[in-house]
Amino acid sequence: MPPRIRIIAILICIFLVAYVFELVRRRHLNEEYSMGWLVAGSMMLMLSISEGLLVSISNLVGATLFTSTLFFFGLVFLVTICLHFSIRISSLTNQVRTLTQHMGILHSEKQSLEEQVQLNSLGQNPSKLEKL
Amino acid sequence: MNQLKLKKTEWVTEQSISLEFLPKEPIIPLRQNVPLDSNHKILIVIPSFNEEASIGQVIREVKENVPETPILVVNDGSVDRTAQIAEECGARVISLPYNSGYGVALQTGYIYALKHNYSLVVQMDADGQHDPTSIQDLLRAVINSDADVIIGSRFLGQDTYRISIARRIGMFVFGKLASLFCQQRVSDPTSGFQAIKGKAIDLIASDHYPPDYPDADFLIMLNRYGFKTREIPVKMHPSKINKSMHDGSQSIYYVFKMFLSIFVTLLRKKPRI
Repeated sequence: MPPRIRIIAILICIFLVAYVFELVRRRHLNEEYSMGWLVAGSMMLMLSISEGLLVSISNLVGATLFTSTLFFFGLVFLVTICLHFSIRISSLTNQVRTLTQHMGILHSEKQSLEEQVQLNSLGQNPSKLEKL
Repeated sequence: MNQLKLKKTEWVTEQSISLEFLPKEPIIPLRQNVPLDSNHKILIVIPSFNEEASIGQVIREVKENVPETPILVVNDGSVDRTAQIAEECGARVISLPYNSGYGVALQTGYIYALKHNYSLVVQMDADGQHDPTSIQDLLRAVINSDADVIIGSRFLGQDTYRISIARRIGMFVFGKLASLFCQQRVSDPTSGFQAIKGKAIDLIASDHYPPDYPDADFLIMLNRYGFKTREIPVKMHPSKINKSMHDGSQSIYYVFKMFLSIFVTLLRKKPRI
């Protein structure tokens, strides 16, 4: 692999890993979501630094260019991370949906109870309201 | 809760007038002078989104047809006066903070029904398509039969319901799929005019319910979970504002979602409800 592209790859990977650590330190990124990025950045860094490892893996996957191996694994990591996020978003969507439904029901019940209390305080019979 | 036992499904169908592709089957009379069983705690659930033009009329007509039955309007993030009009007409209103979709609003009604021990739920649309005079038919059918779910079909009755070619093709395909996997004829797989009792309420209130577009996939799910379903003819009117949640760009997602949902429903194990 040409030295220039190797240096650029190493710098980008170091920047990525350092930036992820900084985001976690500032609490802008949860530890849970940092793991994928740290693993991906570290693996790419190892491939960029160790030429022997890159050659072995390139021979294993049949890549003629070493840079292709880097791009290939970078893409694999990104797809994996995107899939993980899709799963998390689906889970969060379901949780938000459940919260929304229960919030709506609780709000309705709260209003009903307030009306009952108001009618009781006025001495009226709240028979028209459904008992909760 | 106990695992639901697998039950044989049973459908009552009638001759189709408006859909020629459906096979002809014997007509079974449904209007019977059977009194409604007072042991059931009944709730009418009406999901609504920006239906201020029709919600008041729908509630008044429901009250005329089933007086003393509580009506729950689930206001799905409407930006108009839907919630106020529904409250003024005497319905209980649950307002969701933002528009979540038809299935989510409907499921909210079932969660409420489960929480307040309702044993029978009738669901209907707020746009005036579903004729409230058919509620009595749905109630009689669900109370006086062993079916857990009664589906009001617009294609079994005397009325001829007009739909677009695209929707007709979609309903034909998904009706055939539902008929195949339910092993019984499904004439109206997209009908939201239904009466549901017992454990089926638990199923709809659970995470197993498909919240996007509960249509053919839901019918197949009911069948796989061992619930008995049955179709009866009901009166339906074309929507006055001519809108559907299956129209436009949503239709592409609907078709994709329905095929995927049916496929994975068939792959899933029968759950514990």
